Amino acid sequence: MSSAEKKPVVGLFATCLVDLMRPSIGFAAAKLIEESGCEVVVPPQTCCGQPAFNSGDRMTARDLALQAIDAFSGCDYVVAPSGSCGGMMAKHYPELFAGEPSLAKRAQAFADKTYELTSFLVDVRGVTSVRARHVGQATYHDSCSGLRELGVQSQPRKLLSSVEGLELVEMNESDVCCGFGGAFAVKYGEISDAIVSKKAENITASGAPMLLAGDLGCLMNMAGKLSRQGKTIEVRHVAEVLAGMTGEPPICAPDAGEKS
Amino acid sequence: MSLHPTTPQFKDNAHRALGDAQLQKALVNVRAGFMDKRAAAAARLPEFEALRDSARDIKNHTLAHLDLYLEAYAAKVEASGGHVHFCRDAAEANKAVIDICKSLGAKTATKGKSMISEEMGLNDALDAAGVKPIETDLGEYIIQLRGETPSHIIAPACHLTKDQVEGDFRRVHTHLDAARDISQPPQLLAEARAVLREKFLAADVGITGANFLIAETGTSIIVTNEGNGDLTQTLPKAHIVIASIEKIVPTLEDASQLLRVLARSATGQDMSVYTTFSTGPRRPGDVDGPEHYHVILLDNGRSSMLGSEFEDMLRCIRCGACMNHCPVYHAVGGHAYGWVYPGPMGSVLTPTLIGVDKGGHLPNASTFCGRCESVCPVRIPLPKLMRHWREREFERHLSPATQRKGLGLWAFFAKRPGLYRFATNLGMKAMALAARGKGKFSRMPLASGWTDYRDLPAPQGGTFQQQWKQKRG
Repeated sequence: MSSAEKKPVVGLFATCLVDLMRPSIGFAAAKLIEESGCEVVVPPQTCCGQPAFNSGDRMTARDLALQAIDAFSGCDYVVAPSGSCGGMMAKHYPELFAGEPSLAKRAQAFADKTYELTSFLVDVRGVTSVRARHVGQATYHDSCSGLRELGVQSQPRKLLSSVEGLELVEMNESDVCCGFGGAFAVKYGEISDAIVSKKAENITASGAPMLLAGDLGCLMNMAGKLSRQGKTIEVRHVAEVLAGMTGEPPICAPDAGEKS
Repeated sequence: MSLHPTTPQFKDNAHRALGDAQLQKALVNVRAGFMDKRAAAAARLPEFEALRDSARDIKNHTLAHLDLYLEAYAAKVEASGGHVHFCRDAAEANKAVIDICKSLGAKTATKGKSMISEEMGLNDALDAAGVKPIETDLGEYIIQLRGETPSHIIAPACHLTKDQVEGDFRRVHTHLDAARDISQPPQLLAEARAVLREKFLAADVGITGANFLIAETGTSIIVTNEGNGDLTQTLPKAHIVIASIEKIVPTLEDASQLLRVLARSATGQDMSVYTTFSTGPRRPGDVDGPEHYHVILLDNGRSSMLGSEFEDMLRCIRCGACMNHCPVYHAVGGHAYGWVYPGPMGSVLTPTLIGVDKGGHLPNASTFCGRCESVCPVRIPLPKLMRHWREREFERHLSPATQRKGLGLWAFFAKRPGLYRFATNLGMKAMALAARGKGKFSRMPLASGWTDYRDLPAPQGGTFQQQWKQKRG
């Protein structure tokens, strides 16, 4: 791209989990998007509305969708470091305005410019490698919404393969749900536990000392289980490794100098 | 059976299932047995995805003209010498079957595998009317010996291990040599075959379900892998087909297309071992076949799904792929769902049939991982339909009060970005302090559903939006 050309403006939708729990993922995502030749803005934002949508509260989901559509109206793209929130915005927003043609059109236009982070980098920006180094093995979990709603599977792997020193080791059943499912994890905690226990088995059996994924919800669930089991596997969002920003302690791990 | 659903106790059922070592052992086999075979079968057929589209379109077309096709079908059945009984609900359908049995003086009825029979509670109704029902599908035979219900729509005894089946056969088949070796599945199958052979010959009535009903010809089709269905419907004096109204397809050609996706999705076979077509009773000159041929067409609430947001569910061809690929089904098995239909298809269908007030747990007990939809041969958007049930619950204020309050509080902040940023920034800082550098919480009030089983990560402290504003704003 010539320097005279105007850079596309990307609205970073951090997602409420990243906003609240792990801001470092937001900064890693911003760095990656900027390095792909875009300008990053962070419009005022709360939640994409998925918890309401999946709890049957369509009106709240609709209100939050409108809020996001308005907030990001000046952006060329909307990018989220999450396939789950990305899927909500790119696949489900238009459903919320059935029977309201002009709003449905806006929702569709918003949906069409919305991407999950790694898919944006690879599919839209044509990124083939990142400038990052991490020596060691890692295994990658495919989060369900990203995988099945947005087709995110090869993109994170492609980018990870360019990280200097990193060897990707596939776990068995990487494409099987981790048992998070939002409110499901709390409402049906015991079933969720059975599912995440199976996932933890597969993660551990891969032998990799690091687990990566593209959704903080799933990561919190898997990290929480591995931590409860006393495993020392380092759990991080894929963006942290791709951006070379692994200075913060991994998810569920103590600060430097603290004992868990 | 299941006229008394235990679905409202889903959580207790699931708790028991998770603690049942024998069941968990059997479920490992289910997980391993179905998925790879389906994937291989789909991969072998380059047009498989196109066939799924076609299968969806055939069913959609049929549902759009269901009344016409049902009438055409009924006319063809009558023309071939059979009888059609339209039944509004299970009670009417059971009565129709029993009336036929009584008119023939039937004492025993052999049965092919049928989930509609389970939905009707037919076995109990037959027993009460003095007609002994005998299940002839191996899995159904086993669970009948145990007094259980199917835990899977195509593999009804998949919750059992072969050691359990051996024990049941030894307990029941006391006329056989106690020293015989029946430790292996083929030996168990041979023993069941030998025992059932006499029952086939003695039965007065044979009852089967139907995988498809063909409007063009008035034909019912069953697919089986054991051939028990053929003996059930050919040997007795009367063949009674029990089927729900959405089993209709317009033509033989349509049925053959659907058959191409059915077995591949179900068991990974290209075709089931037996695909049997029945059109009316025995004709003059036929060497075999029943003298009487009846079709019980059950509605049981299905016509009310037409034109509703649940209509897509009526495309279901009962292959079982959704449950075979469901992490929740893998964890708890079929009985935990508490009624006839387990897995994702059951989570959509059950609230329709027993009411969302009783069946409401099921559409909620899903992570929405979407794997069911990704393998459904007729592309039913199962997660979307489960979400529609959640919407109905929310509208009717049936969802739990704590959940509604929590959601309401969260929505209050989420709709006010300024207040949200202020409150969350303070909140996250406080939480980070409370974690005292440990990076996690082992216990958290109001979040025990989480912390009973896993640690809760602590926030890094301060929100992304606040930090971004400080660094970049």
